[in-house]
Amino acid sequence: MAGSIKTKPTPPRWLLAELTYSCPLQCPYCSNPIDYTHYQAELSTEDWLRVLTQARKMGAVQLGFSGGEPLTRKDLPELVKHARDLGYYSNLITSGYGLTEEKIITLKEAGLDHIQVSIQASSQELNDHIAGTASFTHKQEVAHLVKKHGYPMVLCVVLHRENIHQMPEILAMAEELGADYLELANTQYYGWAHINRDLLLPTQEQFEKAEAIAQAFKEKVTGKMKIYYVVPDFYEDRPKACMNGWGTTFLTIAPDGVALPCHSARELPGLDCPNVNDYSIEEIWNESKAFSYFRGTDWMKEPCSSCDEKEKDFGGCHCQAFLLTGDMHNADPVCSKSPHHGVIQEAIDSAAQSALSANEKPLVFRNSKNSKLLS
Amino acid sequence: MTINPDLPIHFSRTHRLQWEEAQQKNVILYPEGMVELNQSSAEILKLCDGTRTLAQIVSTLETTFNTSGLTNDITAFLEVAIQNGWINQN
Repeated sequence: MAGSIKTKPTPPRWLLAELTYSCPLQCPYCSNPIDYTHYQAELSTEDWLRVLTQARKMGAVQLGFSGGEPLTRKDLPELVKHARDLGYYSNLITSGYGLTEEKIITLKEAGLDHIQVSIQASSQELNDHIAGTASFTHKQEVAHLVKKHGYPMVLCVVLHRENIHQMPEILAMAEELGADYLELANTQYYGWAHINRDLLLPTQEQFEKAEAIAQAFKEKVTGKMKIYYVVPDFYEDRPKACMNGWGTTFLTIAPDGVALPCHSARELPGLDCPNVNDYSIEEIWNESKAFSYFRGTDWMKEPCSSCDEKEKDFGGCHCQAFLLTGDMHNADPVCSKSPHHGVIQEAIDSAAQSALSANEKPLVFRNSKNSKLLS
Repeated sequence: MTINPDLPIHFSRTHRLQWEEAQQKNVILYPEGMVELNQSSAEILKLCDGTRTLAQIVSTLETTFNTSGLTNDITAFLEVAIQNGWINQN
């Protein structure tokens, strides 16, 4: 059923290099796997240099250095330099923790193109609570330094029920910091966010109010600041075209060298995702079972297989289908055509109930102790 | 936003214009994005080096490609480019 390759796949364009799972922050919506403590091994510098070379040769051009916190890797400047020499456009996706002016200069000289700093909220108290680390003041300093040293400044704020009411203040903060790009990313409910969904999922009213404010701001700052708004798919009628189509554009390499068609794919059963220690990027992209598994439409069941929108959203997100329906071959239940669509309303109702409850359970923070307890 | 005819045009310092061998195309790279360019767009942008005004870009291209009447097309493209932040006149 799945996995037939009829034509040669399009080459990868975006490479996400997750250098490490280690991170000083404890964000309760972290996209790393819940059982990240099971994967202690990290690729060596030589391995990463080889991966960068091979992926670039195939056509990858956008490169994100991510984690965990990528700054914990001592070889980061060396990897950045190699990426620049190869012609990548490289991005450091960082919490800002541990980023000094000296490092900002070193990375600029090595050829880093931009730095994306995440801020968890517009107030120190909430930021430090969500991050599980006192980090707000330093993040603001980092944002200023990024700008000072001539990088385009990309600010990223993940939105959820605890901070979405701060939208006006978040936008004012982005303006004050001189952000060139502002990514307003509604939480996507996988991994840690899935566990914490009852505490993170805002109501439809909250979403709509925040979105209207962001929309008005977007018009106001046209030409000065570019806004990327990541939609909250629980309130959509059709699923997102996840990863622009499986195995068509995006390639993620996890810290231990496992190659993933999307950064959540580790959660999916039976994919046998290949490791860069065993195969070249070309073999992984063109020949592995994992990367061809959801390519095209042959894998689809109803209602996707006869749907006239199947080439538009590719059935949506397989990780979401797996988490919410138990079968990754199902349509993403966000779709109103899905027979499982009711689970979305149940999740919304459950979160609303939890918000009203007097003894709301606490957030589960992303840290090694919780990872070991939960996996 | 329109092009000021008196000022030279720069390519943005926070974007990168480069040839992609795998795609056989020039592309513009910027945070979270990439624009694939056709040949004429790329030729126009390569001349946005901070030394030429709109009229100078037009005349350079008309000479290079031995043609005339490019003003309207080039102006329209550069207006799109300035709105997208690919070029500026600061």
